[in-house]
Amino acid sequence: MSSPAHAAHHAPQSFVRKYLFSLDHKVIGIQYYLLGLFSVLIGVSLSLLMRFHMVNPNVSVAWLGKLWPTAAAGGVMTPELYLSLMTMHGTIMVFFVLTTVPQSGFGNYILPIQIGAEDMAFPVLNMMSFWTTFLALVVMVAAFFVQGGAPLSGWTAYPPLSGAGPLTGPGEGLGQTLWIVSIAIFCGASLMGAINFIATIVDLRCKGMSLMRMPLTCWTWLVTAILGLLGFAVLLAAGVLLILDRLAGTSFFLPGGMMINDHIIANHKGGSPLLWQHLFWFFGHPEVYIAILPGMGVASQLLSTFSRKPIFGYKAMVYAILSIGFLGFLVWGHHMFMSGMNPYSAMAFATLTMCIGVPSAIKTFNWIGTLWGGKIHFTTAMLFALGFVSLFVTGGVSGIFLGQPALDLYFHDTYFVVGHFHMIMGVAAIFGMFAGTFYWFPKMFGRMMNETLGKIHFYLTFIGVYCIFTPMHMVGIAGNPRRYADFTNVEYLAKLIPVHQFMTYAAYFTAAAQLIFLFNLVWSWTKGPKASANPWNCTTLEWTVPSPPPHDNFGGVHPVVYRGAYEYSVPGAPRDFIMQTEPLPVPSGD
Amino acid sequence: MLLAPIIWVLTVGIVYFFAAKTWWFPPPINQHGLDYDAQFMRTLIVVGVVFTLAQFALGWVIMKFRNDGGKASHSHGNNALETLWTSATAILFLGLVVMGTKIWAGVHFDEAPPDAIPIEVMAKQFTWSFRYPGPDGKFGHTDLHLVNDANGDPFGLDPKDPAGKDDILSGSLKVPLGKPIKLIMHSRDVIHNFFVPELRMKQDIVPGMEIPIHFQADKIGIYEVPCSELCGLGHFQMRTTMQVMSEADFEQWKLQQAANK
Repeated sequence: MSSPAHAAHHAPQSFVRKYLFSLDHKVIGIQYYLLGLFSVLIGVSLSLLMRFHMVNPNVSVAWLGKLWPTAAAGGVMTPELYLSLMTMHGTIMVFFVLTTVPQSGFGNYILPIQIGAEDMAFPVLNMMSFWTTFLALVVMVAAFFVQGGAPLSGWTAYPPLSGAGPLTGPGEGLGQTLWIVSIAIFCGASLMGAINFIATIVDLRCKGMSLMRMPLTCWTWLVTAILGLLGFAVLLAAGVLLILDRLAGTSFFLPGGMMINDHIIANHKGGSPLLWQHLFWFFGHPEVYIAILPGMGVASQLLSTFSRKPIFGYKAMVYAILSIGFLGFLVWGHHMFMSGMNPYSAMAFATLTMCIGVPSAIKTFNWIGTLWGGKIHFTTAMLFALGFVSLFVTGGVSGIFLGQPALDLYFHDTYFVVGHFHMIMGVAAIFGMFAGTFYWFPKMFGRMMNETLGKIHFYLTFIGVYCIFTPMHMVGIAGNPRRYADFTNVEYLAKLIPVHQFMTYAAYFTAAAQLIFLFNLVWSWTKGPKASANPWNCTTLEWTVPSPPPHDNFGGVHPVVYRGAYEYSVPGAPRDFIMQTEPLPVPSGD
Repeated sequence: MLLAPIIWVLTVGIVYFFAAKTWWFPPPINQHGLDYDAQFMRTLIVVGVVFTLAQFALGWVIMKFRNDGGKASHSHGNNALETLWTSATAILFLGLVVMGTKIWAGVHFDEAPPDAIPIEVMAKQFTWSFRYPGPDGKFGHTDLHLVNDANGDPFGLDPKDPAGKDDILSGSLKVPLGKPIKLIMHSRDVIHNFFVPELRMKQDIVPGMEIPIHFQADKIGIYEVPCSELCGLGHFQMRTTMQVMSEADFEQWKLQQAANK
């Protein structure tokens, strides 16, 4: 807890230094948010095209033919185009939306203020981290426009499909190379961000802000940063090895004795396709928690705030976050039960996987415990936090099936898996982002969002996502494999097509509902009513400063913290909340 | 507020679809499949109860504790409750894994019986091929350089090896009823996955590795085998069938295949 002075820098005057190459964590946070917003628009559009193709595999759409003259010649999408869209949907959503917005977006903006710092520990590194992420996005999107188009190997990019070059399929030439390069750049950016977050939390907490007084959001950002630091380092290494296999003729992941597309592959031998899977999932499983942990933090913060009650079991929540972070690194093998790895290791991974269900369950119990006896204010932000809990339960319990190797014998790579992970790391995480948006928008932009539009958007989205993703479990139980361009070649899938049609309509409906959110965002940004410093009557430090906060956050004052983050409805207190900065003579909770 | 009934309706809807089994597993065709379904139902009941209770409780607190202008109760938690639900969850979840162990062991820890019929599987973009050793019980030597897909030989049988003369090749899998089968699986290019829903079994096929699985099918019929690991643009078309035949029909089929060579 050193003086925050070394993070200080003067407010810039020029447009370029103020809005583009800004060192201010608040501007960078908004930049990340907008990058995520742009990415999510691409990601959702790709998913709509996929859903359209799955149920209309032979229908010609003129503008598709114009957009992709080869891959959708005559307006009919080819299976390789479908797989490209799928690969890019997964990649863009996981990396550029789920990883950037909750952590780099909200974390960047809110974290320094919540711990009483003037900025992140390394402002220049912070700026570089954003622009490196931006570069990664440019390279990723560029993959669409090169010879052969975007890669088709999925966001998991399993070699040999991803490692043996254009022989394995269209998109596996330059498109796949650009994909790996983009991911490697993204890893670099995330490492910079992770170091910055950790240093900031360790070093820049203001006087009195002990670790156990931090809001739970800060705990989740800290653990997410640690996961990012360890996970992205491994993915970066794996990406470099995969590039070497493709371009330098090495054989890390490519075995001998292959014959691809009638060509004998003579220049590779001795590599292991499973090595990639181990390295990838050593990153890939913690990545799930990178996406969802900040959402858990936001949900905790909001449930406490809007039920006007202290968080139930703060310490248990902190330990649950820490053990999720720790166990998150020990369960990657549950993605590989069917991979051909040693079947005995599956038992260890299964046991550890069930162990990680325990802290997740603790969190759910504590959220309900927090609401219990509260006085719930149903703001839009709170609705999204409550929706998060519901989706987290729904997405979590299907993991109890998939975590058992015995049951995975059937469910692996079916739509059951697709439904499971979309519910939990897709939709629940995005509900966390919506909750964060409605909650912090007044702080970030100085204006309130429209609550009526917000609530309409919430209800349509909540019902919509259940209609999209619950039926996926049903078709998964019926044995529907994932990553199929259409369902016309396997007889037993014919009876599932009506379910897919329903999911497609639900996807159109839900996507259309997002226009309400976009309108609300833009309208409120420009025309929303002015926000006060503390419109929700919250306790944490970001609500002690004006909305939006001044350049150095606290206007030259060094805040001092006297109490924990969730002092709501304290008996004997004059108001139903006590700010963290209120000195002690006011009676504290217990 | 409105949220509570919506959560309840969604919960009831989901529970209905899992109970109605409108879209469900195909019937199993062996003991492993029956065991699998039993383990699935055990898990479904546990998960169903947890899911329903959690969603109903969430809806209930939303309904019950809405703001009425009064003051919220003040509590920082309850350690006894934390311990109770932590241990209950741990026991429940780990118990399920332990109960499923036997099923996994049957597939992966137990060796195939010595009299199991060996069949070699060759997966490639985007077709399946199967090889039977013929009356001598031996697979002939193969070489990638001798592969001739156009001629129906994706294995590359070596004409100089007498053991391969009687090998039988087939584009679909034929197995005799009630006999242990051992599949020796190879991929020539990328990763594929052998999946027969009715067997409740799937296995990745990885180039550079030889992965065996064994099973027994106890019901005559033709079952589809859809590739279940992303293998390229034709993944969705990579399909074959597994036909379970009476032993006599199976022997007859082998004789026919040998005669047609």
